Amino acid sequence: MSTMTQTPPGTENPVFYDLDEHEHPPGHSTMLGFWLYLMSDCLIFAMLFAAYGVYGGSYAGGPTARELFELPLVAVNTTMLLLSSITYGFAMISADERKRGAVLSWLAITALFGAAFLAIELYEFSNLIHEGAGPQRSAFLSSFFTLVGTHGLHVTFGLIWLGTLMVQVSRRGLVDANLRRLQCLSLFWHFLDVIWIGVFTFVYLLGVLR
Amino acid sequence: MIPLPSPSPSRRLASLAPRLLALGALALLGGCDTVVMNPAGDVAVQQSNLIIWSVVLMLLIIVPVMALTVLFAWRYRETNTEATYEPDWDHSTGLELVIWSAPLLIIIALGALTWVATHTLDPYRPLARTAPGKPVAATDRPLEVQVVSLDWKWLFIYPEQGIATVNELVVPVNRPVKFTMTSSSVMNALWVPAMAGMVYTMPGMETVLHGVLNRTGKFAGRSGNYSGAGFSHMTFWTHSVSPARFEQWAAGVKQNRWRLDTASYLKLEQPTEKVPPLGFGSVDPTLFRRVVAICVKPGTDCMQGMSHAGPAVNDRAPRAGEAEGALTRDPSEKGESPHLSAPHGQAPGQNDPGAGSNRNMTELHLPAPLRARASKEA
Amino acid sequence: MSDDLIKTIFGRLSLESFPIHEPILIGTFAMVALGGAALLGALTYFRLWGYLWKEWFTSVDHKKIGIMYIVLALVMFLRGFADALMMRAQQAIAFGGNEGFLPAHHYDQVFTAHGVIMIFFVAMPFVTGLMNYVVPLQIGARDVSFPFLNNFSFWMTVSGAVIVMMSLFVGEFARTGWLAMAPLSGIDYSPDVGVDYYVWALQIAGVGTLLSGVNLLATIIKMRAPGMTLMQMPIFTWSALVTNVLIVAAFPVLTAVLAMLSLDRYVGTNFFTNTGGGNPMMYTNMIWIWGHPEVYILILPAFGVFSEVVSTFSGKRLFGYTSMVYALIVICILSYLVWLHHFFTMGSGASVNSFFGITTMIISIPTGAKIFNWMFTMYRGRIRFELPMMWAVAFMLTFVIGGMTGVMLAVPPADFQFHNSLFLVAHFHNVIIGGVLFGMFAGVNYWWPKAFGFKLDKFWGTISFWCWVVGFWVAFTPLYVLGLMGVTRRLRAFDDPSLQIWFVIAAVGALIIAAGIGSMLIQFYVSIRDREKLRDFTGDPWNGRTLEWATSSPPPAYNFAFSPVIHDLDAWHDMKQRKAERPTEGFRAIHMPKNTGAGIILAGLSTVFGVAMIWYIWWLAALAFVALLAVAIGHTFNYDRDFHIPAEDVVKNEDARTRALQSAGI
Repeated sequence: MSTMTQTPPGTENPVFYDLDEHEHPPGHSTMLGFWLYLMSDCLIFAMLFAAYGVYGGSYAGGPTARELFELPLVAVNTTMLLLSSITYGFAMISADERKRGAVLSWLAITALFGAAFLAIELYEFSNLIHEGAGPQRSAFLSSFFTLVGTHGLHVTFGLIWLGTLMVQVSRRGLVDANLRRLQCLSLFWHFLDVIWIGVFTFVYLLGVLR
Repeated sequence: MIPLPSPSPSRRLASLAPRLLALGALALLGGCDTVVMNPAGDVAVQQSNLIIWSVVLMLLIIVPVMALTVLFAWRYRETNTEATYEPDWDHSTGLELVIWSAPLLIIIALGALTWVATHTLDPYRPLARTAPGKPVAATDRPLEVQVVSLDWKWLFIYPEQGIATVNELVVPVNRPVKFTMTSSSVMNALWVPAMAGMVYTMPGMETVLHGVLNRTGKFAGRSGNYSGAGFSHMTFWTHSVSPARFEQWAAGVKQNRWRLDTASYLKLEQPTEKVPPLGFGSVDPTLFRRVVAICVKPGTDCMQGMSHAGPAVNDRAPRAGEAEGALTRDPSEKGESPHLSAPHGQAPGQNDPGAGSNRNMTELHLPAPLRARASKEA
Repeated sequence: MSDDLIKTIFGRLSLESFPIHEPILIGTFAMVALGGAALLGALTYFRLWGYLWKEWFTSVDHKKIGIMYIVLALVMFLRGFADALMMRAQQAIAFGGNEGFLPAHHYDQVFTAHGVIMIFFVAMPFVTGLMNYVVPLQIGARDVSFPFLNNFSFWMTVSGAVIVMMSLFVGEFARTGWLAMAPLSGIDYSPDVGVDYYVWALQIAGVGTLLSGVNLLATIIKMRAPGMTLMQMPIFTWSALVTNVLIVAAFPVLTAVLAMLSLDRYVGTNFFTNTGGGNPMMYTNMIWIWGHPEVYILILPAFGVFSEVVSTFSGKRLFGYTSMVYALIVICILSYLVWLHHFFTMGSGASVNSFFGITTMIISIPTGAKIFNWMFTMYRGRIRFELPMMWAVAFMLTFVIGGMTGVMLAVPPADFQFHNSLFLVAHFHNVIIGGVLFGMFAGVNYWWPKAFGFKLDKFWGTISFWCWVVGFWVAFTPLYVLGLMGVTRRLRAFDDPSLQIWFVIAAVGALIIAAGIGSMLIQFYVSIRDREKLRDFTGDPWNGRTLEWATSSPPPAYNFAFSPVIHDLDAWHDMKQRKAERPTEGFRAIHMPKNTGAGIILAGLSTVFGVAMIWYIWWLAALAFVALLAVAIGHTFNYDRDFHIPAEDVVKNEDARTRALQSAGI
């Protein structure tokens, strides 16, 4: 398959066109692209963490972190999210084994844990607002609600995505496209877990210690 | 391709350089006698020297680069077949070393200059001298001026003299001045280019600027940071006068019956434009502190610490009467958003300098006595 | 109907929101409406809607999307330049009691819109468009990694532009300056729709920019032709890689800070407020943490263009390729360490100020090295002064002056005098016009024949070039001088009549630039009219060096029938040198992505959502948001996203190219 007619003396016979090309599988850079997106998302959280870092002590005469945070509740919340990450891991193992039913059930369990996390967070938020510690009260509370709320929004979208994906897996099975989506959501879900660890440490634990 | 009716582009390119130089020279001529390059205060003089030095240092490399660019562009033009042509020459360790190290050396020199100059000319640092060879003795106290940028005018409070002025700054010549600055609403920057550079004035915060004027005279001052509709006319004159004249002037203002207290400040704080110079014969000594703490309005408490010292700036409770977030509002509170560039009433922008409609954007809401006083001064 | 009901339905939109009292705006609106109606009518008359929809709007072809980006940039450029002319006219006449023709509320919108439009909707689409068009061709790829996302990104940028344009005729734009600094942009001091227009236009366009950054990064990393190592990538692709790293690492910051500003405005939080613990200085810091890298996002692709142009038209390999690449990377990293130099005057300590001043100066070292490298690329070359090369030389001479004034601004004590002055305005126009715009014009002249198959007319191009270069210096040298005279930016009227002459000169300069823009439009027109005369059959009109010149002009939808294999940095030059023969048989079907309308629909819904939020029409915002979600989810149920270009079509295409090459005598 030489494509050269003439080569300058002293050079081997280089190939200039790949005549026997293998098709790129569709979505071969999806994981990289999604990872890049997650890193940019991570930067949004970085800014929100930075804002919380600056405003964390700006109580403006309002309630302080120590007065507001209930660590036991947050601990339960954290457990819910961590468990959901583990169950998502099981879903991925089942996906590797191509067990559609198992994938669907693990995804459902993940969704339950995720929903429980959200429910507890909403309960916490409504309690705070009820006590007059809403996001308008002080910059500390603004940055707290924004950081934690943004994470909660991500979990909400994760849940919507999870639901969509469950429908798609049950309809089409574990085809390549769906496996890829499962992997992306897996990255997303674990990413949210990592962010939450940060939130738990820097916002709740340090807030109570402060 | 369309044949060119004009001379070859390379020749025209070569003629670009002299034109640029001519423009540069014009700019230099214009630049020499400007207030920034030929100021009246020692701080600004040092700043202008720094500008000259940084330009000289950079010209060391800029001039050869521009000359060589023109030279190469000319010499290696396609039509000049006598010039050497080496299409594969793309690397020279020696040259690479030069092109990285030459700028590096200049930046090292400029960086050192910057480090030293930034520390000596730090606006927060009390002046060490009022002019070359004239150090400030430890016993010499600078003139204290408290500055509040209002919408859209300047308030200068002289705490030692117990007087205040609006849109007029008077300082004794050759005496260091310490400005302690804040703002009533949005950010501005106090800038008297003949005296020293600018520093922001910010609501709820306090900034500091030191300066001195070495010549008597009248110098322009203005806001250096856009602050809304009346920004263009946020100007004032700075008068540099002899110490005796300064005392005389202060005593004259002291005669003034108008007192700057909570009530008159709250009136003054309202947005106005083109306010003529005003004087207040006495000043509530706590006023500036309360402006910084955003608690001038009766009923707002000044509980939290202020200035740079505290752990968090601006850590004050929200004030009543501040706008709420849009989502929390009732439909009846929604209001409308008119197209604000639509002039409601007579069109502004008359070519007649004195026309009243020229200032129809915001009316002057001075209290009647102040208004009378203003017209008398004018 | 009760007042409350009306406000629930229409939010704060009322008849008052339309500028029926403003002759300038009514005139503009009439012109836009007439022009728009004429355009729509023509499109309908010539039955072009179907064509546009099928071939362009829904296209996922990176080349078409690149062209659409540049069309968007040019259209918005005309708007931004109209703003510039209005400012120049106002400042040239408003002296000594004469308030000019623009009241503050209008003038303040004009300079804000000018900045926002020129940066976000001219410079950004320009560089994104060029990168989109050129990068896949340069790396020998058939499209980008995520073709649908590319289409979606483009339409999100358009959506932002539409929202900005809408503010001209419905309500008003922000009156805050292009960065909407707090607390002026807070709801206390800007209660109207202006800042909301600003926030939503940038948020929506920002989504597009970010995704296009992710897309191009993945493309460059994953889709290079076989044999192309990172250090064999064309230098423009390198600059695109670094630029997109900057985009992905900077735009989330803008998203976050604008989100906080909108929370302040919509929810009443206390991020940047004066009280309640808020801190406006945080806004300044955060927006510049995005803002400074943004400057390099704009200039680095221009650097890439100049590198390609100088090397091609000097007929030489690029001098110091490796150091060029490292210079790019160093600039990329340093650009995150300098943001505070935008506000030395905010009262930071001397050590902090000097740290940021010195890091800023350090950036000039790699930048200087790049200038030297271009210079030594010309050295011992055979320079053909075609239009792109003329722009490149003008750039080198203009940009060094801008660089010099930039370093002057980086010395903190000097900056206390320069800050916010017209000296600063002259500086950044010096680098943005002399750098970014000249680079984009060089790029357009350079790659136009690739995109359309014929060169641009040189006569009108030369006129445009000289008008631009001369006009630029006439317009901005006076601003340097005025800066030294103590004049700040954003002023609407002046007391000192001695300043007027400089503003008049600047206005004349703006008119010369206007002539340059006019000549450029004539250049496009004349070139399209004479396209048969200017036709290029070879696909390589400039004796190019990189892969995009290896295929036909315009390239087929699949770019390359066979992936090229790379052995050298100047891959196409190498192929020509070693007489690589273009394969003429053995073509196969080519796997390509399918067009889709999902991008334009999603962006349209985003526009509705944004506008509803701006006008507080909550029900519509909720509806649009739900619709957005539904369409997005619906789109994921479409698994049938690609197709094969049949081998016969490829053969037909490639045979035509063979004949074209023969007719060109190759």
